[in-house]
Amino acid sequence: MVAPLRTSAPGNQDPVPVRAQHRLRLWDRWDRRVSPYLFIAPFFVLYAIFGLYPLGFTAWVSLHEWGIAGQAGFVGADNYVRLFGDPDFWNAVVNTVGMFIMSTVPQLLIALILASLLNQKLRGVTLFRLGVLAPIVTSVAAVGIMFSQIFDRDAGLANGLLGLVGVSPIDWRADRLPSWFAISTMVDWRWTGYNALIYLAAMQAVPAVLYEAAVVDGASKVRQFFSITVPMIRPTLIFTVIVSTIGGLQLFTEPLIFGSGDYAILGGSLRQFQTVSMYMFENAFRNFDYGYGSAVALMIFLMIVVVAAVNYLISRRMR
Amino acid sequence: MTERRASPLVYISLLAAVALSVFPLYWLFVIATRSNDVIGDWPPPLTPGGNLGDNLGRLFGTEEAYFLKGMVNSAISAVVVTVAVVFFSSLAGFAFAKLRFRGRNALLLVILATMMIPVQMGIIPLYMIMVKLGWQNQLQAVVVPFLVSAFGVFLMRQYAERAVPDELVEAAVVDGSSTFRTFWSVVLPALRPGAAVLGLLTFMGTWNEFLWPLAVLEADNPTVQVSLSQLSTAYYTDYTLMFAGALVAILPLLFVFIAFGRQIIGGIMEGAVKA
Repeated sequence: MVAPLRTSAPGNQDPVPVRAQHRLRLWDRWDRRVSPYLFIAPFFVLYAIFGLYPLGFTAWVSLHEWGIAGQAGFVGADNYVRLFGDPDFWNAVVNTVGMFIMSTVPQLLIALILASLLNQKLRGVTLFRLGVLAPIVTSVAAVGIMFSQIFDRDAGLANGLLGLVGVSPIDWRADRLPSWFAISTMVDWRWTGYNALIYLAAMQAVPAVLYEAAVVDGASKVRQFFSITVPMIRPTLIFTVIVSTIGGLQLFTEPLIFGSGDYAILGGSLRQFQTVSMYMFENAFRNFDYGYGSAVALMIFLMIVVVAAVNYLISRRMR
Repeated sequence: MTERRASPLVYISLLAAVALSVFPLYWLFVIATRSNDVIGDWPPPLTPGGNLGDNLGRLFGTEEAYFLKGMVNSAISAVVVTVAVVFFSSLAGFAFAKLRFRGRNALLLVILATMMIPVQMGIIPLYMIMVKLGWQNQLQAVVVPFLVSAFGVFLMRQYAERAVPDELVEAAVVDGSSTFRTFWSVVLPALRPGAAVLGLLTFMGTWNEFLWPLAVLEADNPTVQVSLSQLSTAYYTDYTLMFAGALVAILPLLFVFIAFGRQIIGGIMEGAVKA
């Protein structure tokens, strides 16, 4: 695909009339200068209107009394004062953080183990990879429905299995810890294999010479794992922790479906598994208190930023 | 470590992991084909029964769940969003990777930063915008805000950097083709594998969207996830009905997974190395 230079090479026998040529050249210049901006404009315009602007406006709304009929006056920090004294909000914070830890820690540990198992000479390796990734095809709401049955007090598989070892049936929805456990199980079932594949990719990028040297030095496999694999894939570990944090602090669908019934948004009759996202939704879209709901939304946003920043700082320290 | 042959213990552990991953999906299928009177039996039913047709009939016959409408809505929105995200991301990714313009690096940094911002927390003002536009309970409300994606732009930029040789672009420009022509007829074909991965991930993500559709759509015009949650609210004791709904709702994803599973794995693993 080599073509002669078309632009104003002197002596070029161009059959196009001079004026038309001039216009062509102008168009060419314009095209080169403006096209890059036109190409990236759709992203920035739509993102600004439907992403950033609403996020920023949330802060403004949170400073007002704002209901379904519209803005009803500036109230300053009133919504936040109310929020800090609101036991239901703090309850939701505790639930969210509790479920986040309960799901993320085992999830990433198991994913790490799975990845190191997958990172060996295996027969049928694609089948194993597809197998552990299969849960990703299940839509969130479907996961909620499936596990609602599995953790049903009377008819569920979990209690049936526990019965085999002599444990009496657990009412999974009735208390904090059992409900957290059930919801964390849903999250982990869906995401462990996905994270395992991400770790696997990182592990495969670790130079083999490092392991060879370790073998020469007589290091055991466990020792190799902790002294070579983990330090080498640390950027990926941090990446997954941050992504899990962003997802975990916004947990919504699983607990909502798990709750079922008319008061699903409350997360159980005593709000024992209501997350902050659910509390935000309840205030904004069930009670139509946009001002207060916005204050909750902003707190979630801040929680995410703080946790992500802490992660980032810790990871820089470790370097 | 990768050289030695794996021990049987490794195979056993992996088989256990696969079994745990796949069993709930199998269980979903089994219950969707059964009748409600076997739910809670011990030992539990582990083979499919003959009630799938009956359950599906009840599912689509339950008017207040609007399940069929939900499926159609989800299909339309997922396809439109996927096409738009792939197109706009390829366009912007190409510009960032291969064109020179002022502010390029700064703008790319902005994209990277926005990937970390959880804009979902802006849904209250977003809802107000929809009210202003008169879009509540309209399908475009769950489509238009998602036509672009920072992650998509980033992914396609990474892909274009590697997959599109500079000479290819230069040759087309020298040929007198306009920048958009170059993109359309030279760059886009070279981006196809990356675009496929982005498309698959976007389709799955849009199909799964829940919080926003629940906020902006009403009971009579849901997406499939919202319809499922309506089922679980109103018929939470009718497990075979809900399981039939969940089964139908995952069919498109299952199809995508079976047809393109390897590409999805490749995409996830490639993205991980880049990140």
